[in-house]
Amino acid sequence: MAQATSPPEVVRESGQARRYNSDAAGLGRLRAGAFAAPALLLIAVFLVFPALWVLYLGLTNYRLTGIAAAEPQFVGLDNLISAVSDPTFWSSTWLTVQFVLGSAVIGQVGLGFAIAWLLRDRQGPLKRLVEGLVILAWILPSAIVSFLWVALLDRDGGTLNALLSTPQFAPLLDHPMLSIIVFNTWRGTAFSMMLYGAALGNVPPSHLESARLAGASGWQQLRDVVFPHIRGHILTNLLLISLWTFNDFTPFLLTAGGPDGQSEVLAVHVYKVALQGGELGYGAAVSTIILLINLVVAVFYLRLLRSKK
Amino acid sequence: MAAIELRGLSKVYPGGVKALDSLDLAIPDGEFFALLGPSGCGKTTLLRTIAGLETATGGAVVIGERDVTGVQPGARDIAMVFQDYALFPHMDVTDNISYPLRIKKVGKGPRREKAAEVGARLGLEHLMDRRPGQLSGGQQQRVALARVMATQAQAFLFDEPLSNLDARLRLEARTFLKKLQRELGVTTVFVTHDQAEALAMADRMAVMEAGHIRQIGTPAEVFQRPANTFVAGFIGSTPMNLLDGTVRGDTLEVAGCKVAVPVTAEGRLSDGEKIVYGVRPEYMAYSAAPAEGAFGGRVVIVENLGASHLVTLEAGDVSVQAVVPEGNEPAVGDDGYAVPRRDRALIYRDGDLV
Repeated sequence: MAQATSPPEVVRESGQARRYNSDAAGLGRLRAGAFAAPALLLIAVFLVFPALWVLYLGLTNYRLTGIAAAEPQFVGLDNLISAVSDPTFWSSTWLTVQFVLGSAVIGQVGLGFAIAWLLRDRQGPLKRLVEGLVILAWILPSAIVSFLWVALLDRDGGTLNALLSTPQFAPLLDHPMLSIIVFNTWRGTAFSMMLYGAALGNVPPSHLESARLAGASGWQQLRDVVFPHIRGHILTNLLLISLWTFNDFTPFLLTAGGPDGQSEVLAVHVYKVALQGGELGYGAAVSTIILLINLVVAVFYLRLLRSKK
Repeated sequence: MAAIELRGLSKVYPGGVKALDSLDLAIPDGEFFALLGPSGCGKTTLLRTIAGLETATGGAVVIGERDVTGVQPGARDIAMVFQDYALFPHMDVTDNISYPLRIKKVGKGPRREKAAEVGARLGLEHLMDRRPGQLSGGQQQRVALARVMATQAQAFLFDEPLSNLDARLRLEARTFLKKLQRELGVTTVFVTHDQAEALAMADRMAVMEAGHIRQIGTPAEVFQRPANTFVAGFIGSTPMNLLDGTVRGDTLEVAGCKVAVPVTAEGRLSDGEKIVYGVRPEYMAYSAAPAEGAFGGRVVIVENLGASHLVTLEAGDVSVQAVVPEGNEPAVGDDGYAVPRRDRALIYRDGDLV
């Protein structure tokens, strides 16, 4: 059958097209700038300025109280040097690494993906129930969930002890790191679960079926079809929750960094030295180090993301 | 290589939709078999049930001598080409072709050798290091075919193998697929919604509607003698004229015209009976002058088909279509007469062929 071909469309005046490309809304530079200004101002006041202020404070002996509070002295890199030579700083860093690897990378990503994978083809009440519970853990305010977990894990009259009939078992004292890792896994799995749920929906069913027809096992299907397809999602997810977990302060509400600094992750460490110890300058210096570590982690993931091809 | 047999195969989805209603079908070894039907007729479900991607709710699927109804897809010894080809975007052509062998734990050396051999056979030798994203649609299809061939399965299943190609390429691929299937001699079932594709490629075909098989036969049988009005209306690039009529002694009264009883229905009709008269536009002799036993009427539409024209006549209150060779086409508004060929016209009683 003959196909009708239409004459080529007359090319529009290209000058006009180019103008629309650089200025889609047609506002002009000044008015467009006016629209963006309030947001830029807020970002500058609440984000850029405090960050720069922290960098500056880290170079002073600024304190919460006393003479150094009124007239802080510039001390250069002294704070940074004393931070890296302080064993509590290094133990906090190591605890933070454990916290991130345990609760974010293994806990939230692993559990979130597992739930999303198991629920991928399911419909109905079971799926809604599981998703509802997981999301509930995520949306409740920190103060409330920490209280609930203290009530659960408490040595005297804790719910867990009542359930297991193990009086005097004190997870928060005997296994503080494990406690906050389990807590944070429970707390944050929803985000990963939802992200992977959406990502799995994008894996073409025919690719999975093709693998099944070849005889691929469940693990082989994951390795050869699912993971290559959602690689970008996995890396983005890892980037976000690694950074969130790294800077998370909620563990303080469960263990207050104790006992004896055994769960004093960096965010808690900064709080302790800066606000409880009053050494604002030193705390700011540690914050600067945290900022640098976050930057390194972010660059690492973004590099991986970009090396896609 | 193996025959495929379906015995009373049913598939009812949760919610009560009957996708397949107790189907029986036997596809002999080496046959190129088409499943044809409109969308939603169950043809894809049938193919997927043979593959094991859907589980049958009743009946049996037998491949070779083996009942595979409850067997996992990977253990059925079949291979499938998907509509979107389902090539893995992160693997190159070699890895894609040899993927099923890798799952079967064939060593890397023999695997690459086999991929190279099959790839060369399909003209892919200079593309073996490319990723699917760097290939054209036609090349992707050949990679998908190569992957299927590398498995040396008992039977091949193709789901709408040509629908992702553009029109020109589709005709080439049609010829290519048919030749390839003939050379390989592997039992092949393919699904299509395009009747021209089914007629052109298949050795035999099944026309499906709403979970039922309405006719099984060779393309010639299905085209020339559609078993019912559904198949009659579905097959053919120009739809068959299906006209209500009444038997009047030795002749038929159809659309206000007197026409002769078709050869195949002679002596099998009773006087006064209501029937449906079917004749393809291609089997009509058109003339501008009145003729014996013709449908007469005013020309309302003339459609150009290239080497011929499709002329629509208004005979009474129904439309009759006839194909007219180029050069003889009438103008809109002319009076025209179309004489059906007695040896090609068909009579349907209650929807079934007489």
